[in-house]
Amino acid sequence: MSAGSTLPTAAPPVPASGVAASLRHVRYVLAENPVTAGAFALFGVFLVLALFGPWIAPFDPLATSPDKVLQPPSATHWFGTDQLGRDILSRVIVATGLDFGMAFAAVLLSFGLGCALGSCAGYYGGWIDRMVSRLADTIMAFPLFVLAMAIVAALGNSVENIIYATAIINLPFYIRVARAEVNVRRNAGFVEAARLSGNSEARILAFHLFPNILPPVMVQISLNIGWAILNAAGLSFIGLGVRPPQPEWGIMVAEGASYMISGEWWVSFFPGLVLMLAVFCFNLLGDGLRDMIDPRRRT
Amino acid sequence: MDHPVPLLSVESLGVEFRTRSGTVHALEEISFSVGKGETIGVVGESGSGKSVLFYAVLGILDPAGRITGGRAVFGGLDLVRASPSELEAIRGREAAMIFQNPRVALNPIRKVGHQIEDVLARHTSTPSAALRQRAIEALASVRIPDPERRYDAYPFELSGGLCQRIMIAIALACSPSLLVADEPTTGLDVTTQAAVMDLISELAHKRKMATVLITHDLGLAAEHCDRIVVMHAGHVVETAPTADLFAHPRHPYTARLIATTPHGTSDLRSLAAIPGYLPDLRRGDLPACRFSERCDRFEAACTERPLARLDAGQPHSVACRRPL
Amino acid sequence: MSAPEVRGAAVSPEGEAPAGAPLLEVEQVRKLFPLKGRGSVLPLRAAHVPMLHAVDGVDLAIGTGESVGLVGESGCGKSTLVRLITRTLDPTAGAIRFRGEDIARIPASAFARVPQRKLIQMVFQDPTDSLNPRYTARETIAEPLRLLGGLSGTALSTRIDAVAALVQMPHELLGRFPHQLSGGQKARVGIARAIALEPSLLILDEPTAALDVSVQAVILHLLADLKQKLGMSYLFVSHDLNIVRLLCDRLMVMYLGRIVESGPARQVFESPRHPYTRALLSAIPGLGGGASRRIRLEGDPTSPIDPDPDRCRFHGRCPKGQDACTRSSPALVQLAPGQVVACHFPESA
Repeated sequence: MSAGSTLPTAAPPVPASGVAASLRHVRYVLAENPVTAGAFALFGVFLVLALFGPWIAPFDPLATSPDKVLQPPSATHWFGTDQLGRDILSRVIVATGLDFGMAFAAVLLSFGLGCALGSCAGYYGGWIDRMVSRLADTIMAFPLFVLAMAIVAALGNSVENIIYATAIINLPFYIRVARAEVNVRRNAGFVEAARLSGNSEARILAFHLFPNILPPVMVQISLNIGWAILNAAGLSFIGLGVRPPQPEWGIMVAEGASYMISGEWWVSFFPGLVLMLAVFCFNLLGDGLRDMIDPRRRT
Repeated sequence: MDHPVPLLSVESLGVEFRTRSGTVHALEEISFSVGKGETIGVVGESGSGKSVLFYAVLGILDPAGRITGGRAVFGGLDLVRASPSELEAIRGREAAMIFQNPRVALNPIRKVGHQIEDVLARHTSTPSAALRQRAIEALASVRIPDPERRYDAYPFELSGGLCQRIMIAIALACSPSLLVADEPTTGLDVTTQAAVMDLISELAHKRKMATVLITHDLGLAAEHCDRIVVMHAGHVVETAPTADLFAHPRHPYTARLIATTPHGTSDLRSLAAIPGYLPDLRRGDLPACRFSERCDRFEAACTERPLARLDAGQPHSVACRRPL
Repeated sequence: MSAPEVRGAAVSPEGEAPAGAPLLEVEQVRKLFPLKGRGSVLPLRAAHVPMLHAVDGVDLAIGTGESVGLVGESGCGKSTLVRLITRTLDPTAGAIRFRGEDIARIPASAFARVPQRKLIQMVFQDPTDSLNPRYTARETIAEPLRLLGGLSGTALSTRIDAVAALVQMPHELLGRFPHQLSGGQKARVGIARAIALEPSLLILDEPTAALDVSVQAVILHLLADLKQKLGMSYLFVSHDLNIVRLLCDRLMVMYLGRIVESGPARQVFESPRHPYTRALLSAIPGLGGGASRRIRLEGDPTSPIDPDPDRCRFHGRCPKGQDACTRSSPALVQLAPGQVVACHFPESA
């Protein structure tokens, strides 16, 4: 039981103009929550690496040098070199763009399609709901990674197909979140009021309900990107999708795995570490994002 | 009637809430008492702190809230300084509370009969064989038709009025000496409201149980209470026997509140609004009288401390420097 | 201040209705909801699907500029009736004539595109629930003006400012989101949205139920003012007779899908003839105190699922119920000028 709802609040505080208020709110959330702030900082670093990787990398990620094979981490090669003498740091940096690109594209696809299907299912109900829900159930019934493997194997071994496969296995999560969130709001007063204001059903869905389901969906996106990165890297790890010598975290871990036993741990350790950090970063971002995007917390 | 030793006596109670946007001075210098078997109404608009007051007294304040001082003596024990286990023992056995929206307060996946048994088993020494019978008696006592059948019902199968009766049955299962009813009929239909309120009044008189009715509805308080405590922005501004209060309100806020409440003979023109808003309780410069900024009898002294005090010895007392 | 002029907002699509004819006429309107999952499991024979009779043959008329109160308790069908009149729900049977035209024939899904849409508007019960939490006050008020009034640019913002002034909403609050507004301010936004297009029929669904008494008085005054300025007709829906009475010329009392009593507000209030109306009135807490006059309603209400057509629906809770009440359902009978009652044993005046 809580007395929170009876907290005396009289005249609400006066908000500043839109942008300034939003910025202040973002600053507030970050200051209150150092973990979120850390995750945001890390995300910023990853973003810079993804966009400008080739210019930041100290060496050419593809240049082999037979005289510097499997060197341990040193002042010149911070992460060491691999079996062909390539600088692992440079390869890890350049790979960020590809890994993030695949994950973002996949999540964007499943977000768009999943929200559209899920919102319609939640709003209209009936046969649309039954069909969409069965579709989600069917996808969920497969072991997801195996399903992704099968899709890539069937469609062909390419980066695009990794994206499609990752998008398809993420679809049910978006469908379910969107459906549930639309469903609880579809009888809200503001929906009926929107109808009286001349909105068609499609407009209500797009302009009234969709903005309101964004906060929970954003959290889902953030959690999902981490998972999508892991998924894309996993597919590459088992030899699907991205082909060597293209730098990609999954392949790099796979290539280095055999050297673990002989003591050259750095070959797979650093790509693996960065992969883990990336996934961790996105999982932490989720809660922070929800706090920022929800206007009710903006007081 | 004179009550030499009141059942509950609250003195100078203060409560603060710490929030993101500053400290909310929710209650300040609250003093009142509830006599044995007396029915009092605590009325005020939302934000007046009437619910928070009893959350504080019964020790179920939100974690952000803090009692800043004062005493709340109930049956010889100061509830402000009581340990959590002492409070736990008092709640449910000696002092029970019912809330608005009974459907939320009831456990949705447990039969209502079992929920009554839970309370009986926890706070009384009823042998387990007799629990069912006692629970059915409790249902019958709140005039639930067909109590044997309703014993097995789940809350969702019952109407709002029936759910509130179940809550009353649970609250009264241990024969408390004090019942706090926090907006018990808000959200119920008028006829259901009337039936539930009649039930509470009748049970209170039959069991000689003191009752506190927290409500925003002056009419409801007028109909069911012996005495009324009027709250505004975290202060008690006036307390008086019901008939006296309505006949001769002395605090300007009370008078305005009465004038703004529609009743049998009023028409729209006679319905006067109260100017202004409740002051923001987070302000550091709250005037001593928190109504002063809305008051037409305002004078400079109204904003100065100390606060105008209620006179505890008088049946009708008012916290105002310039009462009507 | 006077009603600001708006081009295209208050112009009737078909011109004025013939003089004397009511603005809105509801005739024998019914809405039955099938209850799913209660029929036979195997579709061997066409099992009878139980029907919930939400609105069961209601007649009502609202004249131009008239205020009609619709009173009833939760579950009596008044919300369904409102949704039928606002045309967001299709009736099972019956006619709803607005300015002489049967709008019940226009499917609810197409009603957003017909000219009558902007003439029938509504103020919702809960100002918090009925405002989109992600729209500012300005955006909320703008929406009907853009979609139904065809306004944009400066014309739109001028009109928004005019409407905000009309509901006495301070200009600087228009940029706020609902959670930044107080209850009374949210109520004003809801009213502004509904009157922005100067509708001829405004439905008020317990517009003050969620407000404090002091704010309630302000909003009631505002509604009375607006009605006078804009010449709207009101259908005021509430369970609280005491509030309805303040604003309405005529009262209708609804019980389990039917109108049981209707008449001039003062007359119904002072001499109710139906036992249910009496019980409703006696349940209103008055400032005078004392619950002695209370008429208690005992017993369980009749179920709205497939009710017996030949039985008074109030029987079982009615303090006056007799055998005759279980044999035939009473029809509305005129007992006094303008006052009709559906009861076999009406109270004497």
